[in-house]
Amino acid sequence: MLQVKNLSYEVIENGQKLRIIDDISFDVADGEMLVITGPNGGGKSTMASLLMGIKPQTSGQIILDGEDITDFDIDHRAKAGLGFAFQQPPRFKGMTVKHLLQLSSGGELSEDESCKLLSNVGLCAMEYLDRQVDSTLSGGEMKRIEIATAFSKPHKLCIFDEPEAGIDLWSFSMLVQQFEAIHKEKKESIVIISHQERIIQMADRIMIIRDGKVEKIGTKEEVMPALLEGEGEAGCKYMKN
Amino acid sequence: MQIDKLTQGVLKVIDNGTFKQEGAYNLRYNGQPLCHGDSEHVKIKSKTDKNGIDVYIDGDTKGEQVHIPVVVTASGMTDVVYNDFYIADGAEVVIVAGCGIHNAGCDSTRHDGIHSFHVGKGANVRYEEKHYGEGEGTGERILNPVTKIYIGEDSVFTLDTAQIKGVDSSVRETDIIMEAGAKLYVTERLMTHDHQNAVSNMEIQMNGEGSSAKIASRSVAKGTSSQTFHPKAIGNAACHAHVQCDSIIMDHAEVCSIPEINARHIDASIIHEAAIGRINNDQLIKLRTLGMTEEEAEAVIVDAFLD
Repeated sequence: MLQVKNLSYEVIENGQKLRIIDDISFDVADGEMLVITGPNGGGKSTMASLLMGIKPQTSGQIILDGEDITDFDIDHRAKAGLGFAFQQPPRFKGMTVKHLLQLSSGGELSEDESCKLLSNVGLCAMEYLDRQVDSTLSGGEMKRIEIATAFSKPHKLCIFDEPEAGIDLWSFSMLVQQFEAIHKEKKESIVIISHQERIIQMADRIMIIRDGKVEKIGTKEEVMPALLEGEGEAGCKYMKN
Repeated sequence: MQIDKLTQGVLKVIDNGTFKQEGAYNLRYNGQPLCHGDSEHVKIKSKTDKNGIDVYIDGDTKGEQVHIPVVVTASGMTDVVYNDFYIADGAEVVIVAGCGIHNAGCDSTRHDGIHSFHVGKGANVRYEEKHYGEGEGTGERILNPVTKIYIGEDSVFTLDTAQIKGVDSSVRETDIIMEAGAKLYVTERLMTHDHQNAVSNMEIQMNGEGSSAKIASRSVAKGTSSQTFHPKAIGNAACHAHVQCDSIIMDHAEVCSIPEINARHIDASIIHEAAIGRINNDQLIKLRTLGMTEEEAEAVIVDAFLD
């Protein structure tokens, strides 16, 4: 179980203190899928980074299975059981897909295991294992490999930052199936930052973050109406007035 | 011939652990040929006028390997060797020529390998050269290789050089002349650390129509080491060349990359790309989310980059 208590993140911009995440508290139960959604710039990705220790929280507490990991750095949080899939994964000159998957799985992977991991994200192992994770791969290919690295080992809780971004429709369906399969097993808690309705529909609970605050958190039935209501609010509200 | 453990250890690094006293081979040890063998298609002869060997590779050579490693363990030695390779039309060969210095003393140990390749028509040659230094002594380990390559019509030459670690000073000079339809692939990998200094100058003359060259140089500079790269591609005919130099700079090191491309023909197409930068922070963070410490992540990135 992940417990987030009164988490805040502030930055100084032009001499002004700016609160990006403002006193957020929530839990993620074992095997639960929590989807975090909300408008761009609302603080969703910052929230994900704070959970993984990529950005340092200003205040608050993060507890994983009873262990206070608030002061753990990134690698200690990974060792404690957190996984992370980046919205924009970095490229590595000289590193093969096979090598990256071995690093993410924490050991040697058989050809069958590598093949399964890549097939699950819509890539052919024969074609990709020996390719380098560099600029010769497209954004969509990079994204699918990134998700394969997150799936390559069990975590207590895995965070996916906009997994659908840059992925074609066919691969997106496979991705959804993957999330469904993991969710069904209930062995791993999943936090997904997403705008996609199909992903939101899979969630046990949905959390809307707006302006660094939790606007709403609850089951689909509780939150979906509010989300759908906001659908027509695209654009500049001042112009509408 | 029995080879001592120290030499075996160095050979393992510079010859990928594959050195055997079989087929065509020549092991040079402390300035002297230690053992050598010929094969049906590859004959190795010692020079009579100076240090070194002449290697004759006939046109029926198909997929054979020739190993000519050099090991220097005597502190204070300067070893200069001239090796000439005569590769006949149509030959297909791999030449493995690593050089390792073990310096346990306080005097400088130096090896200058001056290699000339005369490649006929329609041949395919792969030349691998690993440079490595070790030893607990304070004496410098110096390697100054000179490589001259003439690539005949429609031949392919692959040059794969690596300076792994432990070489205090190196000045590499590489001159290549290409005839019509010749293809050149160069992969250069270099790692310097502590106070080391490395210079690599390369000149490629593309004289023949349809010749093409692809040069990829990757380096990592750590500590207070310094590196200078100066590849020069000259197109004297309708040809194509792509030169790419990538360097990772760390600590207080210095890397200088001097691109030079020179087209002397309307259909010469030559590209040079060069980039120097520190290890990308996003790469470090990604590997740390997999459970690696910052130091472990750095080592993985550097190893992969130079692999």
